[in-house]
Amino acid sequence: MLDLFRYGFALRGLEAGVAVALVAPLIGTFLVLRRYSLIADTLAHVSLAGIALGLLLKINPILAALAMTAVASLGIEKLRLSKRVYGESSLALFCSGSLALATILLSVGRGFNANLFSYLFGSILTVTRQDVNTILLLAAGVAGALALFYKELVFITFDEDSARVAGLPVKALNMLLIVLAAFTITLSIPIIGVLLIAALVVIPVVAALQLRRGFAATLLWAEAISLFSVVAGMLASFYLNLSSGGTIVLVMLAVFLILLPFRSTSGDLPPA
Amino acid sequence: MPLGNPQATVDHAQNIIELERVSFSYGAQTVLENVDLAVHRGDYLGIVGGNGAGKTTLIKIVLGLLKPTSGAVRLFGHDIASFKDWSRIGYVPQKATNFDANFPATVLEAVLMGRYGRRGLFRFLTREDKDLARLALEQVGLWPQRGRLIGDLSGGQQQRVFIARALAGGPDALILDEPTVGVESGVAGEFYALLKRLNEELRLTVVLVTHDIDRMAHQAMHVACVDKTIFYHRSVDEYFRKTHAEAHPHDHPAPVSGSAGGGGR
Repeated sequence: MLDLFRYGFALRGLEAGVAVALVAPLIGTFLVLRRYSLIADTLAHVSLAGIALGLLLKINPILAALAMTAVASLGIEKLRLSKRVYGESSLALFCSGSLALATILLSVGRGFNANLFSYLFGSILTVTRQDVNTILLLAAGVAGALALFYKELVFITFDEDSARVAGLPVKALNMLLIVLAAFTITLSIPIIGVLLIAALVVIPVVAALQLRRGFAATLLWAEAISLFSVVAGMLASFYLNLSSGGTIVLVMLAVFLILLPFRSTSGDLPPA
Repeated sequence: MPLGNPQATVDHAQNIIELERVSFSYGAQTVLENVDLAVHRGDYLGIVGGNGAGKTTLIKIVLGLLKPTSGAVRLFGHDIASFKDWSRIGYVPQKATNFDANFPATVLEAVLMGRYGRRGLFRFLTREDKDLARLALEQVGLWPQRGRLIGDLSGGQQQRVFIARALAGGPDALILDEPTVGVESGVAGEFYALLKRLNEELRLTVVLVTHDIDRMAHQAMHVACVDKTIFYHRSVDEYFRKTHAEAHPHDHPAPVSGSAGGGGR
């Protein structure tokens, strides 16, 4: 059997994978509970346009995707708030619009090649040291911002009107959440690929929700499920020579299916 | 705070909420017209009115969620535009429409949210916050249920959790929007009695919008009837006398402002 730890690329991939696994469910919990799961998919498509632009202009595609998704996320939120289109329609516009832009940019830059394939589906083989550093930095930034605004984000997720009455800057917090989502999506690209990112953000959270726990407990379960799925998926993909993104998502789905019939009810705590 | 005071006293010198000639329209449709209202410290005011009479719009204006088309709104004597001290107001939303029963929050987590406005950005919760959340839960009798998911409780218990969340912020006034919608009818009376107790013991000002006039009215001190404008009834007895005497309570005399009964419009 191949020894994983003798391959630098595999270790790099695992390092980045763990960072992504820890950050994605943090942001995912807020998105899923705000009925905003689809924004993950939309931002993933936007990031593809960013990658295409990066390939065309010969700048780091991940950084180009980062800039593109951050700008688009603000645009999506503005359009939603303007109430000129429905929330989902705003997502659909950005989703198909950015995919159209990506195909144009790719055809201009003759970018339809093996390199693009690794961005679409993720590949630990092509993850560079620089990519890993970018991922670690972004992951730390997103996790730090979420920790700082944790209680406010929980409140607006649970009850936006009451949060507004309590004097919280709801609009700014919504913007923050969506920009952090954009960062999370972008940093996940090298590992899991544009087409499967949404799964990483959404599935561990949906699986953890089956356990019916409190907010903090649900968050921790989502983290555990995500970490397990990413590590197990990456090991399996390495030893069985499968696509890493696809393997990770299938492991997550398996966990979800196992938890689906598992419904516990919370009991009363004894009076203290 | 004078705890345990059996007789709630209304302090007419202190205006908690003041509305002056407030009007609101959605496009061409006028929802509220020239509403005058004054709620004093210690008041327990029930606001009633039919569907589409403008009750919810009125509450949203008081909470700053909607801006009136014209007129002035003052909270604790400050113009609402410059009012910053939102933690003095405890808001209890309409349970049935604003709450996702599958939301993963324990009772204690939900009540701790009431401390978030007080604690401010970049601050973590302290021991004091947890103690105040516990006190609030004890006041509504739900401390033993603190570890349960809020979605697993009955409608009446859920509404008490929202009250506890509002209490945890240490407010001077509670504002409730249709609190008994989606609550089993058997416990609605109990719920109003709880509000009455909070009004008397903690000297909380309570403003309550409801269609459930019969059950609420025996607890509230004053009743105001909204139908585009506000028709103020000095006391609950007066409200009943007039509604029973006349088939159309809304046609009743000139709308006046406030429990002080001071000047009409």
